[in-house]
Amino acid sequence: MHPAKSVILFTTASGAGYGLIAWFGLFGAFGLLPAELWMGLLGFGIGFGLIVLGLLSSTFHLGHPERAWRALSQWRSSWLSREGVAAVFTFLPAGLFALAWVLLGRNDGLAGLIGLLASLSCVVTVACTAMIYASLRTIRAWHSAWTLPIYLLMAALSGALLLQVFLSLWQVPLGRVFPWAILILFGLTLGAKLLYWRSLASEEGGSTAESATGLGDLGKVRLLEAPHSESNYLMQEMGFRIARRHAEKLRRIVLLAGFCAPALLILLALLMPGVPGVVATLIAVALFAAGLVVERWLFFAEAKHVVTLYYGESRA
Amino acid sequence: MTSLPTESGDTKLGLVIDLDICVGCHACAVNCKEWNTSGHSAPLTDKDPYGADPTGVWFNRIHTFEVVQEAGDSRTVHFPKSCLHCEEAPCVTVCPTGASYKRAEDGIVLVNAEACIGCKLCSWACPYGAREYDEDAGVMKKCTLCVDKIYNENLPERSRVPACVSTCPAGARHFGDLGDPTSEVSLLVAARDGFELMPEQDCKPVNRYLPPRPKVSPDEATSAAPLIAANFDDGSAGLLARWVDRLLTR
Repeated sequence: MHPAKSVILFTTASGAGYGLIAWFGLFGAFGLLPAELWMGLLGFGIGFGLIVLGLLSSTFHLGHPERAWRALSQWRSSWLSREGVAAVFTFLPAGLFALAWVLLGRNDGLAGLIGLLASLSCVVTVACTAMIYASLRTIRAWHSAWTLPIYLLMAALSGALLLQVFLSLWQVPLGRVFPWAILILFGLTLGAKLLYWRSLASEEGGSTAESATGLGDLGKVRLLEAPHSESNYLMQEMGFRIARRHAEKLRRIVLLAGFCAPALLILLALLMPGVPGVVATLIAVALFAAGLVVERWLFFAEAKHVVTLYYGESRA
Repeated sequence: MTSLPTESGDTKLGLVIDLDICVGCHACAVNCKEWNTSGHSAPLTDKDPYGADPTGVWFNRIHTFEVVQEAGDSRTVHFPKSCLHCEEAPCVTVCPTGASYKRAEDGIVLVNAEACIGCKLCSWACPYGAREYDEDAGVMKKCTLCVDKIYNENLPERSRVPACVSTCPAGARHFGDLGDPTSEVSLLVAARDGFELMPEQDCKPVNRYLPPRPKVSPDEATSAAPLIAANFDDGSAGLLARWVDRLLTR
């Protein structure tokens, strides 16, 4: 599949934003984060900033962005529509929670309950994003049981890393324990990603050039002549092949830059309190962001659509 | 509403394409483009049409496959493909705006260009590549089964079939109601063991394809004796011709 920059930015940025706000809601409600003005301003500023950046970027690739509001109507059948509804709804509890935090200095009691609702909405929104892809039978790499957990884990992890920056800057007691949770999240996400890649390699696609043409009874089918001498929309959108050529290298980049290096830095930050710890955490965030973008790029670019069976592929 | 119609009628309009007959002339694709570029989903935009790298929207594309048989023998199969107007159309249910819909009365899958936001998700959901994005209009376009032709009472009745069907010079394309088991197309599908494409994708396409007939091997082939000169009746030639013939043969 063609890896559109707008969709990569959308899924990674909004995932990180929802992740951060979900952690703020959860820990705020349980009294583990102080309802401090600047922490609130910066935290929700970055969280909402990432979400809005992601949502705006997702409209960049639309043919008619001005009609985007129509996408809220078909939540009964469409995961994309559900994602839109969940994203819009999340602004309500998350916005109220942010206002209570920043203006009233409260994140407990009723505000805490609203915070919990905000966290839950964030999780639901990211789940809907994942299901847009996981629900497509035409793309085996997405129609996988791993797509949903990996999207949720990646969002939780990117939000957790951002939260750790705040915890270490404000020297919140939680910041001395939370890195262990981050390391566990790293382990879980890495494990899920490795198992996903293994399942991709071991399972064969259920559709073939033979089933696509129905000519399997006659023999082995191969494309002799494409319909046109030039490329077309289908080949440009679904026929992206560069990533599969470099998949091994790119996966190694994800493992090293996205998982191993930032996990080590978080471990290092645990041992070095104060400024060096904050710096190590910031570098970890930057490295993970780079790894996350490569991971998401691969998720799109590596995926093979069954329509390529009509354009020369033999199995998808 | 992009949920599939709950009470769909019994009518399932669709195409039956005979892979035994199709000669791969692309006339159906050309006439499809011709009709539809001024029809329901007009225009079928082309980019750089006279340049080095032309691309454009087509509802119907003709692929050509080679089928290599066990014996090392192979055959060429021309394979026209357009929207299959699936009963369980995933392009309809994924649509976030309701622009993509399936008609309850005849099962035709259409796009409402006024409501389409051009998110392309329907083209990702379709296994058959039936949907093409029009960059110029910013909306998705697809085969309408010539909905503006098949019901058009200004046309003579025999013309009320999709453009691809009326133009096929080989008679490889048939149009009718595949929901009616007694219709001509349904009988044809039953007689020729018509099949659906990629049944494993669970889209329940309406269109059917008829397989190429088994090849006849040279040993089994029978042929009439060749037409030789002796079979011509020289006796019926004109008087002058017979006289010249006799004179020169001597």
